[in-house]
Amino acid sequence: WVPVVGLEIHAQISSNSKLFSGSQVQFVAPPNSLVSFFDASLPGTLPVLNRRCVEAAVMTGLALNCSVNKKSLFDRKHYFYADLPAGYQITQQRVPIAVNGSLSYSVCIDNKMSQMVTKTVRIKQIQLEQDSGKSLHDDTRSQTLVDLNRAGVGLMEVVMEPDMCCGEEAAAAVRELQLILQTLGSSQAVMAEGQLRVDANVSVHHPGEPYGVRTEVKNINSLRFLAKAVDYEIQRQIEELENGGTILNETRAFDSKLGCTVPMRDKEAKQDYRFMPEPNLPPLILYDTKSLPANMNHQQVVNIDWIHERLPDLPSVKRAKLVEQYGILPEHSFTLLNEDGLTEFFENVVTQTQMKPKKVIGWILKDLLSYLKQHSLTVKESPVSSFLLADLLNLIEKKEISSTAAKQVLSELWKGEGKTPLDIVKEKKLELIQDQKELEEICQAVIDGQENEVMAIKAGNRKVLNKLIGLVQRETQGRANPVLVKQLLEKKLSE
Amino acid sequence: QTVTVEVLDHLEHLALVDFRDSEGVERLQKAIQFADQLHEVNTDGIEPMDSVLEDRCLYLRDDDVTEGNCMKELMKNAREKVEEYFVAPPGNIPLPKLEEQDAFLQSS
Repeated sequence: WVPVVGLEIHAQISSNSKLFSGSQVQFVAPPNSLVSFFDASLPGTLPVLNRRCVEAAVMTGLALNCSVNKKSLFDRKHYFYADLPAGYQITQQRVPIAVNGSLSYSVCIDNKMSQMVTKTVRIKQIQLEQDSGKSLHDDTRSQTLVDLNRAGVGLMEVVMEPDMCCGEEAAAAVRELQLILQTLGSSQAVMAEGQLRVDANVSVHHPGEPYGVRTEVKNINSLRFLAKAVDYEIQRQIEELENGGTILNETRAFDSKLGCTVPMRDKEAKQDYRFMPEPNLPPLILYDTKSLPANMNHQQVVNIDWIHERLPDLPSVKRAKLVEQYGILPEHSFTLLNEDGLTEFFENVVTQTQMKPKKVIGWILKDLLSYLKQHSLTVKESPVSSFLLADLLNLIEKKEISSTAAKQVLSELWKGEGKTPLDIVKEKKLELIQDQKELEEICQAVIDGQENEVMAIKAGNRKVLNKLIGLVQRETQGRANPVLVKQLLEKKLSE
Repeated sequence: QTVTVEVLDHLEHLALVDFRDSEGVERLQKAIQFADQLHEVNTDGIEPMDSVLEDRCLYLRDDDVTEGNCMKELMKNAREKVEEYFVAPPGNIPLPKLEEQDAFLQSS
């Protein structure tokens, strides 16, 4: 069976006002307070296009390697629903603003981060369209409460061709898109706040045969659920077909509690949207430096080249730069970019410490990040600042404490009691033993107490040396420099 | 070419319009015939025009907040409201199927 997955992603444009009206865009506000007469679809109102929304769509199109259409058109898509007061949505069905792009993303083979594969998904198009209002269903009183605050907010619909084959690929592609949108600033793309909504189109077929009937899966609220929903739907279709059943071309909702997809009630009949050109809006014309007319008002011009020149480094470029600049591994760069603020934290530590970035990254990804995850903290909420961590790493570099001791200091620092690393080292007496004679005595004591191990080492089993080093560390409560200990032990054992 | 019952039913569902009786259907039929006169124009090789505004410049607005905050005024139009929400029926109320048409018409 070959599963086929395509995605339709709606990203809310990050702008002050709506796509066709001057009312404010804000997630939380008193019901119907961010609604203009146009948003409420009162007669006599007309759409006026927001330039910022056009720029956001052009930026996104360029970042996704699309051809930006210098002339695009607006259309009306008709359907009846309480949160769509006009009875139609203004969208771009015939000629959208951008077409034929691509998005590269990485997936891990067998869940091993060290084995990452790059995949590409084609972007069919990006179109500008209006968001609808919100319906709150009150089943007890058999009514729907409608809040139009969201009605008319600008959306970019990004259509991804069915080049993906499973939940993991779908989630990875959306994650990369999310990072790109956030880097561009064209959308904040926070799924939990409805700024990024994903619908999946899923079908299965046998290799060599034509594509199977596809279903649309909606109501997916997180990347994790996206992967689950897609994988569940693939399985469901395979089982259905293997049992001799057929797949209906229907819309299904993902039930996150049950982890399955169910048919959606209101969407059973095939929709006929009766698309027609939006008569109140002329074509949207975009310019580049060549086609720019000489005496046009700045404010009325969207120049594709001008936007292209100002695109920030995309995530893939940022990762490559991190790998090159700091000598870290590609999978490290993925983790750095994946956590909000982590790259900045890492770079801040690097500038404040003598420790090489290749060593610093271990502390960031293994110690800092795992602690943050355990306590569900974001990087910004970290009780250990980059300054403190750099301070700690410097103590290791100056050979004042061992790595093991440093880990102890770190767990103290997490408590956020305002102590410096040095304070804690002194308090817990974690300084490395500087007195060579003292160390030699301890080493000798350990050697004297471990006859069997000593014989094994002298017989050629070098690995047992590590056990002796460990015993010395235990004796010194982690205050011995392991490199020095090894040297001393080896010297003594060869005597 | 006449308007079939199936097409009529489909149109009524899409547009939530009720053609009600044979006079209404007649009128619809005549409207279609009137519009069909457009076919008499030879449009070979001509780009379709979908708006008389096609040569106009699409005005671009600055991204400033200039509207909104008029909940009370908007609510004046609401037949029913709950706190500051508009009230609507629970879902789309489906029109009765073809077979039930007559009973529906009689009862309204």
